[in-house]
Amino acid sequence: MKLYCLSGHPTLPCNVLKFKSTTIMLDCGLDMTSTLNFLPLPLVQSPRLSNLPGWSLKDGNAFLDKELKECSGHVFVDSVPEFCLPETELIDLSTVDVILISNYHCMMALPYITEHTGFTGTVYATEPSVQIGRLLMEELVNFIERVPKAQSASLWKNKDIQRLLPSPLKDAVEVSTWRRCYTMQEVNSALSKIQLVGYSQKIELFGAVQVTPLSSGYALGSSNWIIQSHYEKVSYVSGSSLLTTHPQPMDQASLKNSDVLILTGLTQIPTANPDSMVGEFCSNLSLTVRNGGNVLVPCYPSGVIYDLLECLYQYIDSAGLSSIPFYFISPVANSSLEFSQIFAEWLCHNKQTKVYLPEPPFPHAELIQTNKLKHYPSIHGDFSNDFRQPCVVFTGHPSLRFGDVVHFMELWGKSSLNTVIFTEPDFTYLEALAPYQPLAMKCIYCPIDTRLNFIQVSKLLKEVQPLHVVCPEQYTQPPPAQSHRIDLMIDCQPPAMSYRRAEVLALPFKRRYEKIEIMPELADSLVPMEIKPGVSLATVSAVLHTKDNKHILQPPPRPAQPTGGKKRKRASDDIPDCKVLKPLLSGSIPVEQFVQTLEKSTQHPPVPFLLEQHGFSDIKVEDTAKGHIVLLQEAETLIQIEEDSTHIICDNDEMLRMIRILRIPLSSKLRCLCLK
Amino acid sequence: MPEIRVTPLGAGQDVGRSCILVSIAGKNVMLDCGMHMGFSDDRRFPDFSYITRSGRLTDFLDCVIISHFHLDHCGALPYFSEMVGYDGPIYMTQPTQAICPILLEDYRKIAVDKKGEANFFTSQMIKDCMKKVVAVHLHQTVQVDDELEIKAYYAGHVLGAAMFQIKVGSESVVYTGDYNMTPDRHLGAAWIDKCRPNLLITESTYATTIRDSKRCRERDFLKKVHETVERGGKVLIPVFALGRAQELCILLETFWERMDLKAPIYFSTGLTEKANHYYKLFIPWTNQKIRKTFVQRNMFEFKHVKAFDRAFADSPGPMVVFATPGMLHAGQSLQIFRKWAGNEKNMVIMPGYCVQGTVGHKILSGQRKLEMEGRQVLEVKMQVEYMSFSAHADAKGIMQLVGQAEPENVLLVHGEAKKMEFLKQKIEQEFRVSCYMPANGETVTLPTSPSIPVGISLGLLKRELAQGLLPDSKKPRLLHGTLIMKDSNFRLVSSEQALKELGLAEHQLRFTCRVHLHDTRKEQETAVRVYSHLKSVLKDHCVQHLPDGSVTVESILIQAAAHSEDPGTKVLLVSWTYQDEELGSYLTSLLKKGLPQAS
Repeated sequence: MKLYCLSGHPTLPCNVLKFKSTTIMLDCGLDMTSTLNFLPLPLVQSPRLSNLPGWSLKDGNAFLDKELKECSGHVFVDSVPEFCLPETELIDLSTVDVILISNYHCMMALPYITEHTGFTGTVYATEPSVQIGRLLMEELVNFIERVPKAQSASLWKNKDIQRLLPSPLKDAVEVSTWRRCYTMQEVNSALSKIQLVGYSQKIELFGAVQVTPLSSGYALGSSNWIIQSHYEKVSYVSGSSLLTTHPQPMDQASLKNSDVLILTGLTQIPTANPDSMVGEFCSNLSLTVRNGGNVLVPCYPSGVIYDLLECLYQYIDSAGLSSIPFYFISPVANSSLEFSQIFAEWLCHNKQTKVYLPEPPFPHAELIQTNKLKHYPSIHGDFSNDFRQPCVVFTGHPSLRFGDVVHFMELWGKSSLNTVIFTEPDFTYLEALAPYQPLAMKCIYCPIDTRLNFIQVSKLLKEVQPLHVVCPEQYTQPPPAQSHRIDLMIDCQPPAMSYRRAEVLALPFKRRYEKIEIMPELADSLVPMEIKPGVSLATVSAVLHTKDNKHILQPPPRPAQPTGGKKRKRASDDIPDCKVLKPLLSGSIPVEQFVQTLEKSTQHPPVPFLLEQHGFSDIKVEDTAKGHIVLLQEAETLIQIEEDSTHIICDNDEMLRMIRILRIPLSSKLRCLCLK
Repeated sequence: MPEIRVTPLGAGQDVGRSCILVSIAGKNVMLDCGMHMGFSDDRRFPDFSYITRSGRLTDFLDCVIISHFHLDHCGALPYFSEMVGYDGPIYMTQPTQAICPILLEDYRKIAVDKKGEANFFTSQMIKDCMKKVVAVHLHQTVQVDDELEIKAYYAGHVLGAAMFQIKVGSESVVYTGDYNMTPDRHLGAAWIDKCRPNLLITESTYATTIRDSKRCRERDFLKKVHETVERGGKVLIPVFALGRAQELCILLETFWERMDLKAPIYFSTGLTEKANHYYKLFIPWTNQKIRKTFVQRNMFEFKHVKAFDRAFADSPGPMVVFATPGMLHAGQSLQIFRKWAGNEKNMVIMPGYCVQGTVGHKILSGQRKLEMEGRQVLEVKMQVEYMSFSAHADAKGIMQLVGQAEPENVLLVHGEAKKMEFLKQKIEQEFRVSCYMPANGETVTLPTSPSIPVGISLGLLKRELAQGLLPDSKKPRLLHGTLIMKDSNFRLVSSEQALKELGLAEHQLRFTCRVHLHDTRKEQETAVRVYSHLKSVLKDHCVQHLPDGSVTVESILIQAAAHSEDPGTKVLLVSWTYQDEELGSYLTSLLKKGLPQAS
């Protein structure tokens, strides 16, 4: 059992688990922080961005000035933004049988994997993950494709040149694996490989492994996964939340009794309380608009935005904001708002009950109906007619490198009346803002990350008691900026095993049992013997059939009865196969009974070669230090009986057979194992 | 002997009040709890005294499953849970859970407020009953208790309709409820995987019908509606508020749009709008096309279909009215029918099955003079048309589903005995499985032989599998092991491991056989001869000559000794353990034949 770690990003994981005969990829996260090294893609020609000076080396060498531009002391690549892919060389990805998706944020690298590695397997995900994942991909492709950029910089990636660049470009990892965005065609093809699953659905993989998605409470349709056989259980926890927001609550109980628990996707801002962040968000928002400024909220088109809209729904009137227009601008804004209303079964209890009324589960339906919230596919078209200021704009992308948000940063950045409020935790806001400096606009950082924090994790681990915990290395030490905060790391016993990108972990697993089915006819023929109180044994001799990784024991075929005794070949004519395993014996032989049996004449079954069908008359028993010796003088046979052994010595092996048969009536009285 | 027992309390050789008791591996499950449209006396509900004779419902039943919201499948539920008394879990899908109480309330109103029935369940009882409901999602495995699990599959038929698999250990039963194997304008087709249940309980409403293509039926329907409207007639389409109503609304809506027709289409009762809301919120339960396009256009927002007002029935001019209920047995559809029946320009189209005893059934069977309440006789002059739009599988569809699930046995319910007989024969012929069709109260018992799952130690299994690679078709190789049974934990391990685990000592049984050989040479030389002889005979075995002069074949020891009396004879001691007996006795008899003369 091995874990191949293809991503170093703790919240955008991509691991491959080899378990029994299956190869399972857990998530397919795409690290988009790489885009922070690129210049923003403006929707509208931006003189400021196009006039940024080219960057030159300290010695004045300016051969990179076409590729690299400088802005307020930071250097950016002037090119189509690129993403950092999961490792593709560590393991042959065409051997991956299935990909399990835990939530829509963790599937963004899917087209790279399914379309370009020879992958032929199946992807499993819930319906909301697929639908919203599709929206996120569609938005991303749209953002990038609608601003065609002729230039594609590659010179700077040369290792010898990269060394000479200033930070953070110098320290950017794996730049050779960075790739441009996929196309919509690739997205559609990738998504067509997905099979929809529901929570608590048991999915059989090749009869060897069963996988089951469980509600993880983080987003619509977000799941943790159980990967188990009959005797081993691995839990994969990714992006889970215990807060009550819109999704169905996390299913913790089903994670119990795991041999290994792989823990990823914890909160990226462990020190920020989501509730107080939402409060701060609202108060900053209303302060700005009341002063006549505009508010820009860079966000994804699904997820936390639903909760923010719900908060605002309750807050707008009391804060006197009912005349302020709220705009949600994204190529998928409409779809996202519509989809959120039809996934009743994936929502928390409160929202589910609304559907029974029947009412839409989210109040943004009412905000739209009353014209307080308006949505547009982009700033072009209808929006430019309706646009009124001051206003609040929700738009993407949170990296501030592409999407309509770039336009609003350029538009509003120069006025200190305006505010940009960062709610998405995926990008460091200072880095996101770097290419817009100097800025007059206010910047508020209220990251809302509802995923598990370390206190919740330690409670969870205490509750579900996994034997081993595996997690990204970032979680086994305090955050680099807060090295004294030892409370901001995973604390468990035994200590968590940590992984980093491109590492292969051997998981501490000892498989000892496998399920096998005993067919009813065989089960009926078994004769259990109670050995100790409550413990019974039965000897099993059966034929093993294995098909599709399922094992079945069937009764042995009846031995062909010798029709005519003479016709049958003597056993000794065939060289016997010594590999046949025979059962072992246990117990001891009660000597007196044994002798009595030998003396008795009647035998069952009758022994053909026992002289005249009666027993031995000349039996002598001698005591020895360890047991007894039984002598059958006429038959020249000596039997040594001790506690743990019996040794029969004679001239005629037919005698041996006879004694073996004699043993039959005895054996049932013995505490005897495995005697037939 | 373990067995599965099935007793229909309703829907046995009948359509109406579906209610089937299943006992599987000691668990008792009730499938559906419906009412009968054809009766208004005691017979309208299943006979629960079958269970209550011997005790309380809650003690007897492990759970109740409702397949969909039609009243013949859930209409008796409040009576059952609140009046007879059942407190256990009731499972249904989310759309069923949402819509079921509305239909129940509607049913209650007609029964109590209109017909004035006493001793009927109350609104509060419907609410209390619904509190016992647990929602089930498609394909989710719901663990009812440690052993009993159920799983829902998509059934088409109506919004939220599901088929259920009931499973205990390796034994399972699938109950289809009502289903449709062909996708229609708003729902998808039923689907089940090859789950190989011991028993498939399937509806058989259209056991003998093979329907022509849906397209033809739709064209026919539209033509008839169109013609009637053209000549200024009124069209009455009795439907149930949810289900076919939406299907036919979508059909007419698109037709009206295409043909630019002006005649009004009405939908009776206030349910419509609410009903359409449910369809909008449960989009994932509709068909692929609607799911794909709902963001652009929600198919359940109708432009041409308007709410009906009682007064419209008397207004002149053509119109199309959808009215509930669907079998003309009560309510608004019956009222409108009485108003319009006398005019031959008008038309009533029955889009679905009608239960015996209902007005719908009567006019479909050709009756033109109907006796109404108060000895009034109603003469039916309007045209009566039947178009099968009910979303039930036809004979072909039923066979298709049996083929998909691959059951060991089939049991037919929800159909007429005569038609069932035909389908039963067909199923038995085609699939070579037994097919049953019990009447209400009649029990079918199926013996089962579940296999017993145990844990086999991986060491033992791997040892066997490794050897299994040698092809030997003649005689199957036997696996020997010891089954340790401790409480309910069964493990199959090698005998060595069993002894070790239980702290038992092995009892070694050893045999030594003396073989006398005529050989004048020294013992050592005899041993060498034995060695070379055995080596040449036993090519596949490990034959060794040890430094101490003894010879071994695998673990069998052969020593040569001098005879105490006869120097010309040597004694070979062949010694083996019980486990090597076959090889040991083979060697003994081989050596007894003597050694080949040394060349």
